[in-house]
Amino acid sequence: MKTVFKQIANGKAIALDIIPHLAFDTFAQEVIAIVKQGGKVVHYFAYADDGKVKLMAVLRTDALLLAAGCDAPETYPAFSAQCEPFHLFEREMAEQFGIRPEGHPWLKMVRYHANSRGLSDVFGNDYSQDIPGNYDYYAVEGPEIHEVAVGPVHAGVIEPGHFRFNCIGERVLHLEIQLGYQHRGVEDLMCNADFKRLPVITEGIAGDTAIGNSLCMAQAFEGLADIRPDAGAGIIRTIALELERIANHLGDLGALSGDVAFLPAANYFGRMRGDFLNMSLLLCGNRFGKGLVRPGGVCFPMTDDDRKNLTERIKELKPQVEHVIDLLFSTLSVLSRFENCGTVSRINSEKLGLVGPAARACGISYDARRSFPTEHYRLLDIAENVELTGDVYARAKMRAHEVLQAISIIESLLKDPVQTECVVSGSFNPAPSSFVVTINEAWRGELSHCVLTDAAGKILRYKIKDPSFHNWNGLAMALRDTGISDFPLNNKSFNLSYCGFDL
Amino acid sequence: MLKTLKNRFEQGYRTSRYPKEKIKLLSRYRGLPKINQNAPADLVLQCADACPQKAIDSKHKMIDMGLCVFCGTCERLSEGSFVSFSGNFELAVSMKEHLLTGGDLPSLSRHSRQNFKALFGRSLQLRQVSAAGCNACEADLNVLATPFFDLARFGINFVASPRHADAIVVTGPISRNMKTALLKTYEAVPSPKVVIAAGSCSLSGGPFCGSPEVSPGLDSLIPVDLFIPGCPPHPLTYLHALLTYFK
Repeated sequence: MKTVFKQIANGKAIALDIIPHLAFDTFAQEVIAIVKQGGKVVHYFAYADDGKVKLMAVLRTDALLLAAGCDAPETYPAFSAQCEPFHLFEREMAEQFGIRPEGHPWLKMVRYHANSRGLSDVFGNDYSQDIPGNYDYYAVEGPEIHEVAVGPVHAGVIEPGHFRFNCIGERVLHLEIQLGYQHRGVEDLMCNADFKRLPVITEGIAGDTAIGNSLCMAQAFEGLADIRPDAGAGIIRTIALELERIANHLGDLGALSGDVAFLPAANYFGRMRGDFLNMSLLLCGNRFGKGLVRPGGVCFPMTDDDRKNLTERIKELKPQVEHVIDLLFSTLSVLSRFENCGTVSRINSEKLGLVGPAARACGISYDARRSFPTEHYRLLDIAENVELTGDVYARAKMRAHEVLQAISIIESLLKDPVQTECVVSGSFNPAPSSFVVTINEAWRGELSHCVLTDAAGKILRYKIKDPSFHNWNGLAMALRDTGISDFPLNNKSFNLSYCGFDL
Repeated sequence: MLKTLKNRFEQGYRTSRYPKEKIKLLSRYRGLPKINQNAPADLVLQCADACPQKAIDSKHKMIDMGLCVFCGTCERLSEGSFVSFSGNFELAVSMKEHLLTGGDLPSLSRHSRQNFKALFGRSLQLRQVSAAGCNACEADLNVLATPFFDLARFGINFVASPRHADAIVVTGPISRNMKTALLKTYEAVPSPKVVIAAGSCSLSGGPFCGSPEVSPGLDSLIPVDLFIPGCPPHPLTYLHALLTYFK
């Protein structure tokens, strides 16, 4: 691909001034051209540097990572008007920095907070009022149309968000998802807090993705401070990320079983998920892997006893997992609910920029573990995994594939002794005026952090992108023309992050 | 059908006998901190300085379990000679000042309100409200319904409507955008009602304390009856808290 964008490497820090700083018009032309040719948006955000607001775009293909920036205009013709994948990024930028994308197809708030520059609000909101402010939800009109509003407090033990269904009878015409209830100001906190707090804050971005986020953060600071963790740490981190993947996928397979009233599998998956969480507890003392990863390596060793213990646990669990997966997918009452339910087409999936298992369920094979491998993934051969139907069945099946694949990855890594120099507190000094982007394939898909430092080595901008940022609109799309009673099933087939999105 | 039976047989019976039988957690689990009161002052200061949560009171050699996220930094730094985390998962307290600990906790059962035991001892319905929780606290509350913990066998259930609830269990640092929804849920629970703060975020703001988007703890908004520390609390910490406080 011929481009004025700078090719960068995952996790490798470079001086900020190496990244091309283009004139806005060139920047706009180029990003749109790259994405129209099949490039994907990893990041597109604004930041303030020395009193000036600038834009940064990180794009990718299946093999290349590209970055470029420009000065931010106050308003500009929205990229989304001609190139859909920018849709949410432009809304986020309008909310965070008050930059108005003119002609944006649906310019509404993302997380409901005032912009950082004290400019008049793009959405006309007064933030002393409660969310959703002055926003009128999307409405469908007609004699038989009705609306169903759910949340922010949901019926289960689950994070908050607001869902509004426009229905005709049982059929959903449109689902509008309003998030922002979980907004904790994480990106600002990452810039302002003491460095020693950053690992702990990172682990709380999304508790079910504590390892994924910790890896992105640790790799970013390892890049910025030129620290190289040893090979043993890479193995332990890889095992931890795969354990996180297994636990979450099994939990969701259980939840999916419960939603179609197939209770045996619901209970078995629920229990086995706990057994995998306990393996994270074995590794580091926390069921979600909190406290394991720090810049420079890991805080806990993998002794031969640990290896033996984990190997035995997996040996016992693997056949059980295989059998319950087989039970689920050979039960006709389950298949009749999973198949052809909540289909997202490949074309829509591309336009929405879906990632992770949700995208692989539509035939898009991208997996960051293969395209931009970190940790021990560089030395692993991760097989391509796709389903083609894009429905609940495909999303569930992807989870099952990935669980089995992750188990065999862990088995292979437990074969040989692992030695690592443990990190005590994990302090680091990032290089000044630098830039780094890190990408990992978390269980929901591509997770990425991007860190910019100023001339004093302080954090100028900390940008976090959870895979859910891409995928929430996939859920909305899956619900179109689907029965409203199938919402829980579709929701669990995606199981997206509220707090990872809301930050 | 045969497959269902085969799987049922393979899965076996998994429900724990806790609290009748004690459970020992894996050795790296970090529960109630043990504190060596004779640790040298410079080591105590070093730990207090390294603590990401500023949870160590170096003067009195105590740890604030409301702030602590049990990351283990102080234990590693002092190699266990100032702080070491025990396997004791029974961490809940009924008064906020009890969170500041030198290694001992007052008996939770004796600090329970007796009318709560009479009212809710045989049946307790909980409404969970996640107010910007990171989904770790929520997930480990959810597992209480799985076969191993099987909360329902104690007459305790999570319910969908606050109108059906006796208590709310709040997780998360209560973001600005969730405050009203939380207070409305609280108001919708019929009196007498119990308020349970679960996880370091709801006790103090946790990892997010200091952010203008969150609150400094649930008790700054509504009176709290039961404080459950942890990031997240282990499911057994929840179970112990509920059984000890209400039974």
